[in-house]
Amino acid sequence: MLKINNLHVNVDGREILKGLDLTLPAGEVHAIMGPNGSGKSTLAYVLAGKGGYEVTAGSVTWKDQDLLAMGPSARAVAGVFLAFQYPMEIPGVATMTFLRTAVNAVRKARGQAELSTPDFLRLVREKAKGLKIDPAMLKRPLNMGFSGGEKKRNEILQMALLEPSLCVLDETDSGLDIDAVRIVAEGVNALRSKERSMLVITHYQRLLDYIVPDRVHVLSDGRVARSGGPELALELEQSGYAEFGGEAA
Amino acid sequence: MPAVQETVARVREIDVDKYKYGFTTKIESVRAPKGLSEEVVRFISAKKGEPDWLLNWRLEAYRRWLTMTEPTWANVRHPKIDFQDLYYYSAPKSTEGPKSLADVDPELLRTYEKLGIPLREQKMLARVQDSSEDDGDEEARTGDRRVAVDAVFDSVSVVTTFKDELAKAGVIFSSMSEAVREHPELVRKYLGSVVPITDNFFATLNSAVFSDGSFVYVPPGVRCPMELSTYFRINAEQTGQFERTLIIADKGAYVSYLEGCTAPMRDENQLHAAVVELVALDDAEIKYSTVQNWYPGDKEGKGGIYNFVTKRGDCRGARSKISWTQVETGSAITWKYPSCILRGDGSRGEFYSIAISNGYQQVDSGTKMIHLGRDTSSRIISKGIAAGHSNNTYRGLVSAHRRASNARNFTNCDSLLIGDKCGAHTVPYIEAKNASAVFEHEATTSKISDDQLFYCLSRGLSAEEAVALIVNGFVRDVLQHLPMEFMAETQKLIGISLEGSVG
Repeated sequence: MLKINNLHVNVDGREILKGLDLTLPAGEVHAIMGPNGSGKSTLAYVLAGKGGYEVTAGSVTWKDQDLLAMGPSARAVAGVFLAFQYPMEIPGVATMTFLRTAVNAVRKARGQAELSTPDFLRLVREKAKGLKIDPAMLKRPLNMGFSGGEKKRNEILQMALLEPSLCVLDETDSGLDIDAVRIVAEGVNALRSKERSMLVITHYQRLLDYIVPDRVHVLSDGRVARSGGPELALELEQSGYAEFGGEAA
Repeated sequence: MPAVQETVARVREIDVDKYKYGFTTKIESVRAPKGLSEEVVRFISAKKGEPDWLLNWRLEAYRRWLTMTEPTWANVRHPKIDFQDLYYYSAPKSTEGPKSLADVDPELLRTYEKLGIPLREQKMLARVQDSSEDDGDEEARTGDRRVAVDAVFDSVSVVTTFKDELAKAGVIFSSMSEAVREHPELVRKYLGSVVPITDNFFATLNSAVFSDGSFVYVPPGVRCPMELSTYFRINAEQTGQFERTLIIADKGAYVSYLEGCTAPMRDENQLHAAVVELVALDDAEIKYSTVQNWYPGDKEGKGGIYNFVTKRGDCRGARSKISWTQVETGSAITWKYPSCILRGDGSRGEFYSIAISNGYQQVDSGTKMIHLGRDTSSRIISKGIAAGHSNNTYRGLVSAHRRASNARNFTNCDSLLIGDKCGAHTVPYIEAKNASAVFEHEATTSKISDDQLFYCLSRGLSAEEAVALIVNGFVRDVLQHLPMEFMAETQKLIGISLEGSVG
């Protein structure tokens, strides 16, 4: 279970999260919605442990471990995974090499045996197929010249390979056409399980047509302003974020 | 265990500070008196039983050297070197006399084994497993490849492996001293024909006092049946190493040669001033690769090797080709410009370089491509990585002679900075005296971004794994030009060299 308690976070001296509370039980999928600038991406980065995000108060625990005391690699080993809104490009590093390095780093740290080359290739091919990823893409340098859809599918592929228990998806639908959203959502849904919790951050209701959440939280000015069931997302689709301090959607 | 992985495993085991080859070997040695004088030059020549022409050649160089001053144009700083405070000759005592594997001091064999360079021939079967996941092929490429090794310890060559088998193909691979004895006509014809004794301060010094090195001759039309390799090790204290390597590929011949270098950790700086000469005749090809990992000095910049090396290849024949690939990770100071003289019409020169500096290392390295013949072409790919407080300079010259019509050059220099206390510099000189020459130069400087690092960390990589991965991506274009045996090893070496550069 993820427990966020009264979380305050500053970025460049400006307070972005102002006492955020959130509880995400094991096996549930919660959506985080909200207007631009409400702190959605900040929340994602703080959970993954990015530098430059100063926690001034509050706590975050994951399976009773103090997440904030851990570095980003340790969090990945503990099962936290962030699907980036803007995945990084790394020139010269084949996507396959990156995937293998990551999988084996995590396996090693979790006390599992590293995968042999043939076992790893089999695993990647199987997972890539489900996400309709062209095997040729995996030979290209990581995210270099990938289309928006390829980048996001590559994020979900990493999620499938690293077997996280807490998935944070930061605007995974942004920049995708409707077919790409469907493929990505199917990939995410295939990973839903009783042991896995997911936090789906999105600006639009659209993604939630495919990934139906158990709960929806609306962020406004660095706090959870309202929580509800999936119907809350539909309501926002009608009324927009005006009442939460944002412009109409 | 495959040889390259074994080497890497050994490198990791020998954990001395950050530098993994920092051990010394207790071995009795014979030394020349300290300092440099005509007597010392005569002493070295006499020790090696050299003919008069070679002694006179050395003496001419020595007298020339006395009139020269140390160059100061390189972007490196170091206290003045006292050339009288060095030993110019040191040889393991036990190797005097006949040299076969059985006669080699077992302590020496252990030293090379510790370095991952087994000299016993039966152990030279290196099964290489290529990291083929990049290709997505399940059948990993494997194969038995053999490498003949010439091991140079301090001033002398201690052993050369696989000589008999090479001789069957007509290839001569021996120490320079032996070549002087066995093939004086070849040595006399080619020695100093690429780097003359008057060339530069350090090359002239080398000509006077060079102690040993490797000699290779590949006869016309022969493709050398295995990789040749020389492994240099400085052991004795306060000893300069001045080896001389001469490689000749006769018409239509091909040879691939690799040199590796390490030294123990010592507080004082040690001097290494080598000369390498390559001669490629018509249609011949020489591929010369270096993995240089001399002791770089400690965290405060104390100690380390001063590496002042002159390397030059002469594409003497038409359509000949010389390709330099270097991986420079060690030395306190690196001053090195492997060059190509493109004399033959249609000849081609290549230079692929990875230079990594960390701590207080200073690197001033690059190449010269001198286009003299018609339709000559050259290609330069240089990747400099600076971390810590280090300074990394690429210095290169591309020139086309008046008669070098249709000369072509492509140069690409990329620098990568890690941290904010290091420096990367690019100093290209371009001279075209023929209007039909086409020279291209590209250069970039970049930093590993925090966002790239965080992305890797968030996937479970440690900071060091992340930096090694990103740097290996950065140097990928050059890595591909290394002999397969050394690619994996070099990738690990890059990781080790950059330890402590982040966090």
